[in-house]
Amino acid sequence: MKTKGIVTGIVSNLVTVKADGPVAENEICFIDLAGVKMMAEVIKVSGDTASVQVFESTRGLRGGDSVEFEGRMLEVTLGPGLLSSVYDGLQNDLTTMESVFLKRGEYTDPINREKLWDFTPIAKPGDKVIAADWLGEVKEGWLPHKIMVPFSFKGGYTVKSIVPAGQYNVDTVIAVLTNAQGEDVPVTMTQKWPVKVAIKGYREKPRPDRIMETGVRVIDTLNPIAEGGTGFIPGPFGCGKTVLQHAIAKQGDADVIVMAACGERANEVVEIFTEFPELIDPHTGRHLMERTTIICNTSNMPVAAREASVYTAMTICEYYRAMGLKCLLLADSTSRWAQALREMSNRMEELPGADAFPVDLSAIISNFYSRAGTVVLNNGQRGAVTFIGTVSPAGGNLKEPVTESTKKAARCFYALEQGRADQKRYPAVGPLESYSKYLDYPEIQAYLDKTVEEGWVEKVMHAKNLIRRGKEAAEQINILGDDGVPMSYHVNFWKSELIDFVILQQDGFDPVDSLCPIERQRFMLDLVLGICDKEFEFDDYEKCRSFFSSLINELRQMNYSEFKSEKFNAYNESVKKMIA
Amino acid sequence: MKAYQKIYTKLTGITKATVSLRAGGVSNDELAFVHGRLSQIVRIKGDVVTLQVFSGTEGIPSNAEVVFLGEPPTLKVGDQLSGRFFDAYGHPIDGGPEVEGEERQIGGPSVNPYKRRQPSQLIPTGIAGIDLNNTLVSGQKIPFFADPDQPYNQVMADVAIRADVDKIILGGMGLSNDDYLYFKDRFEAAGALDKIICFINTTENPPVERLLVPDMALTAAEYFAVDKNEKVLVLLTDMTLYADALSIVSNRMDQIPSKDSMPGSLYSDLAKIYEKAVQLPSGGSITIIAVTTLNDGDITHAIPDNTGYITEGQLYLKADTDTGKVIIDPFRSLSRLKQLVQNKKTREDHSQVMNASVRLYADAQNAKTKLENGFDLSDYDHRCLSYAKDYARELLAIDVNISITEMLDTAWKLFAKYFSPAETGIKQALIDKYWNGN
Repeated sequence: MKTKGIVTGIVSNLVTVKADGPVAENEICFIDLAGVKMMAEVIKVSGDTASVQVFESTRGLRGGDSVEFEGRMLEVTLGPGLLSSVYDGLQNDLTTMESVFLKRGEYTDPINREKLWDFTPIAKPGDKVIAADWLGEVKEGWLPHKIMVPFSFKGGYTVKSIVPAGQYNVDTVIAVLTNAQGEDVPVTMTQKWPVKVAIKGYREKPRPDRIMETGVRVIDTLNPIAEGGTGFIPGPFGCGKTVLQHAIAKQGDADVIVMAACGERANEVVEIFTEFPELIDPHTGRHLMERTTIICNTSNMPVAAREASVYTAMTICEYYRAMGLKCLLLADSTSRWAQALREMSNRMEELPGADAFPVDLSAIISNFYSRAGTVVLNNGQRGAVTFIGTVSPAGGNLKEPVTESTKKAARCFYALEQGRADQKRYPAVGPLESYSKYLDYPEIQAYLDKTVEEGWVEKVMHAKNLIRRGKEAAEQINILGDDGVPMSYHVNFWKSELIDFVILQQDGFDPVDSLCPIERQRFMLDLVLGICDKEFEFDDYEKCRSFFSSLINELRQMNYSEFKSEKFNAYNESVKKMIA
Repeated sequence: MKAYQKIYTKLTGITKATVSLRAGGVSNDELAFVHGRLSQIVRIKGDVVTLQVFSGTEGIPSNAEVVFLGEPPTLKVGDQLSGRFFDAYGHPIDGGPEVEGEERQIGGPSVNPYKRRQPSQLIPTGIAGIDLNNTLVSGQKIPFFADPDQPYNQVMADVAIRADVDKIILGGMGLSNDDYLYFKDRFEAAGALDKIICFINTTENPPVERLLVPDMALTAAEYFAVDKNEKVLVLLTDMTLYADALSIVSNRMDQIPSKDSMPGSLYSDLAKIYEKAVQLPSGGSITIIAVTTLNDGDITHAIPDNTGYITEGQLYLKADTDTGKVIIDPFRSLSRLKQLVQNKKTREDHSQVMNASVRLYADAQNAKTKLENGFDLSDYDHRCLSYAKDYARELLAIDVNISITEMLDTAWKLFAKYFSPAETGIKQALIDKYWNGN
């Protein structure tokens, strides 16, 4: 019997309900508003009163309206057909909704139930299986989509029967499993999972030991993110957060990309709808949309669903990870999610933490980041979820609770700087404040030694050092004037400018420069460091300036030319002559 | 009187902006008259209902009559809205009759993001600081960030009158009576009255009333954009005063303030308004140009800061000391959607000319700094400084009113006057075609 209740209080989307039976934390309920059923989630229980956050506008709701509890938490539906979908934060398919305006209480099926998939069995009758083991496979676009033993199954099972290869829809029973008690359990191609619970079903979660290429030099070369790693991008508005995230989404070396547009501009999501179907994945040559799922809860959509959206996105990533795939989750912006938490905490009249955020903000954020990671599956294969979130610090000030909490949880920090954005030095990732802790991992160092170049990390550190030295020189020049410092200061300053213009800056809109593979990054860093390690003598600082300006110009032309093309080589020769 | 109206006569609490009473069977967001003043339910707790009284609670006694109306605020929409002036409640203030039409709830649901289209239509304003450097696109939302002493309302009126749109809807919040009359006169003089609709809350009206203005204006906008497929331009001035009214109400409701004593929901509250800007597949669109006044240019304050994260760019006004004119600041202003129309709906040289002219203007600023610090100027520095004066006067100033092609030609003329082609850094193909006006 379902627990029922009646509405006793309403403040915006926080509703209190007097329940007539047991209620669980995070349980889902439906509130009946004149026949429209609105989904809500329990966030606090006290006595027989449950506080629920409603995922819709509560306009018109009355005290005394009826509520029905579902006995389950907020769940997503998992199965083939998630890729290239566009969902809201609660996984409603936005593309199948008819009207221009979102309707309250309109919930659409996230998965096409009719579509037939080409199924190939992997398991055979008699096989012993546990949760998350692979039973079969369908082709979702070009990806092998594994049909797994549902994650909720506990203990060991024996495969009793499995359908032969053929075309089936997602609701077909493709296998029957027998549990330890001898009961038969049917399995279809879909299953449900509560979003706030991490999907386990893997053998172990080792430390990340390789990097995920993004094609963005300032990330891959200077502050690489590990496959299965975590990173975040804080920055004031107008510094290119979204452009950088879109670049990573387009170029990231991953099988599956889930983009969570969490409380951001609707037109930015429209840009993804419009552009992604046209764009080609540089790693596979397939359409980008084929590997992308968009979770879209824009800033004007209900606030509570904004919080759900990041969890929905993470759960979908974990699902694909269990298939042995590399997944990348991009969430823009996690600050909006934190603000949603703040709004609720405020309405519940909880004692606030810093800046009125809930006191457990830090714990919630680090718990979420911890769901990323590389895993070794039960069958020995590897899967990974790499997570990059953006943060929108209030007033551009990084000393605020969301940035500080995220800094504790994420291993890579890509600080977007207003100053660099003002000078149009894009991507505006600050070279000295940003960091990747993965550069300290011996596994990653060994990986880079092997795949990029022996001693690569030392070179990266050397480059950072040159930038730091250049910055100090610039400060001295500003104070003492061009004539007031020794020539070496000018040379040091211009060496750092060289690294800045050629390595750090990258034209995200240029077809060649926007995507820089690691082999090309190695070539350019070696070239630039080779120049920086040379001694230069100049009679006056104007000569120094003009020498480096023209050198930078040649090297930038190299960035704009196809790698090792005739043009590229010609510029390379001319650079060699200039420094000879 | 409607049959279901519920009447109560005992208030249990009164603050400056809200009243509370015991009442049953009422619904969230529902309107009521408290002592004859329009109010709205903002909280229901057991049988205690809290209402925000839009015009303030001065003089309301604890035995005041409370009449619930059974529905949230509405606006009657129809073609008759055109050319009319209303108060924050949607009542005419121009002496004309009430509008007949379909009654719609204001502050309605959002457009399904998947049903949106990418904005792609240029909105020319004649102001080069906007059209050349920060081109506006229909379906965009963008505020002016301005200090209170800057002529933002004049610029907005200019933009509205020149923009090629079907309807212009002005939402005035805390507008001074003089500014209200200024808008009215400008629209009248331009012969644009038939496509203007105004919802006005002046400084003479109670501040909490302002909270209704954006939703009223946008409900009217949605009628014309969605039902009539029209291009609608919505002007909202001043959103800072709107946010101030939000903080007054949340403060009276004992909510815990976040940054700058603004409510924690400020971002969502503002986003709900700005995200009404939309390009619809049917061709209709809503474009929002707003004003956010700053305290002494401080953009880290919660109001401009949250706004900046929501809107698609911002326009800064600046007094230019060289020319004595007000200009659109080319460095800090930004239209995030400009690349959707530049070189596509405008001439092929647009983006290159824009970048070159701003870069040279930046060089002039560097030269100026050098001059101020007592360093010697090079010949290039001197040329930059002269260029900057012409550029500010002929292109950046807000009193410029020319077509985009003329703006581009003017820029080429200035380049040729002060610089060599190489100094502009413009692609050779474009130099060959446009240098020296060839």
